[in-house]
Amino acid sequence: MEVQALQLNSGDNVATLMNDAASGDLITVLDISGSAVSTFSALERIPRGHKVALTFIDIQSSIKKYGERIGRSKTVIRQGQWVHIHNLESLRGRGDLHGQISSGD
Amino acid sequence: MVKSVPEIKMYVRADGSFGIRNHLAVISTVACANHVAESVARQVPGSIVCTHPYGCDQLGADAELTFRILAAAGFHPNVGGVVVVGLGCEEISAQVLADRIRESRKPVFSLEIQKTGGTSRAIAQGIEFCRELNGIMNKYDKRISISPRHLVVGLECGGSDYSSGIAANPAVGICSDMFVSMGAKVVFGETTELLGAEHILVRRAKNEQVGDFIKAKVNSVEKAAERMHVDIRGAQPSPGNIDGGLSTIEEKSLGGICKTGTGSITDAIEYGYAATTPGLTFMDTPGNDLACTCGLVSGGAHLVLFTTGRGTPMGFAYAPVIKITANKDIAQNMAENIDLDLSPILSEGLSIEDAGKKIFSYALRVAEGELVAAERLGHREFGFHRIGPTL
Repeated sequence: MEVQALQLNSGDNVATLMNDAASGDLITVLDISGSAVSTFSALERIPRGHKVALTFIDIQSSIKKYGERIGRSKTVIRQGQWVHIHNLESLRGRGDLHGQISSGD
Repeated sequence: MVKSVPEIKMYVRADGSFGIRNHLAVISTVACANHVAESVARQVPGSIVCTHPYGCDQLGADAELTFRILAAAGFHPNVGGVVVVGLGCEEISAQVLADRIRESRKPVFSLEIQKTGGTSRAIAQGIEFCRELNGIMNKYDKRISISPRHLVVGLECGGSDYSSGIAANPAVGICSDMFVSMGAKVVFGETTELLGAEHILVRRAKNEQVGDFIKAKVNSVEKAAERMHVDIRGAQPSPGNIDGGLSTIEEKSLGGICKTGTGSITDAIEYGYAATTPGLTFMDTPGNDLACTCGLVSGGAHLVLFTTGRGTPMGFAYAPVIKITANKDIAQNMAENIDLDLSPILSEGLSIEDAGKKIFSYALRVAEGELVAAERLGHREFGFHRIGPTL
């Protein structure tokens, strides 16, 4: 099955799925004008509205959506993998880390 | 385009303000008076009630906040007449609150349960006051044609998901820009939900003062999480947000601020204070939907544009809350709670621009009296927060 994903900014390394994807489904990435910019296969099941990695993302790298950083990777993430709370962490409001993270970096 | 918007019909108030509803408000000053206030309102069709668990054993800024929010309810131009119900021994005196609201030159009555002689007499007295107020309001309060630039519009999102930031909020942003360009006031809050996006708002601040205010308020929310040694992710994003595809507060915030459009932020104010500057104003509010909505409306918002991805039924006591979603499932499953279904943005190619215009024209119809879903369903929530301990 073919699944569409929306990339909001050309600098983003994740896109939002418009339908549920099963492992092996072909994902077509669209920009906000609706033009297809890339295609690749989903490496796992990803629910609609959730994010897929557009490229290889190294551990502890910025994850970008809206052209802005939405957090950093906790693991290595491959193109076609689901990006969510299991492999993406926030850097803000982290009182649990208390001083381990500088919020301004 | 926006300059040619025709006049709309609004209620003109004695203090020169304009309202889009003509509510009779029964306001409780203290938890002990809630039952009487609710009983009065239940027996007076068309009235609304403002109750809360506070009003007693509050000090300083905390007591001032409660007084400010209750006074704002009475002052609000959507309210045409007021009955204040108190017990008689609380710090927030019914008499003092009523006198404050009388400065708006609208009809106000007050009663104290201790003086009136108990629950039943107080309820009967309250109902009698309401009858008198209804007579006055029916006789004198009329809508007149006036420019919609007198509107104050609140912006809010609750129960967000992936669709909020990519469709519903950007559409509200277009609508917000339209209101701003005609000279209306637009107010947004939800300080917690600016974390990770505040640098964008600071860049849009009209001057250093506004930018510094935004930075300081966001910083203070973040410091609160640090002081408590907690990860804000316990509540932000919420479990529903996460299920809906939002992974971090930064992601939620970056989607949330899309509803503020693209214009300059001309003013920044504390919780519940009046928005007085045309254009876009930031108000420091909690992210909590009801507390935020109450702050925006207390600041003068006539109506609130409220986007949701997960669906929420919440309304507000004396202002219409317009529910906007771009999530097709919610638009269908909670159809009775949704005013504007913008899911065609994601499924049928409706442009964000056209969706924004649709919100704008609907908001004007609501301002002229069309009831929103929350009003039709009887959602009249009222509530705010405390900033001090319960003593």
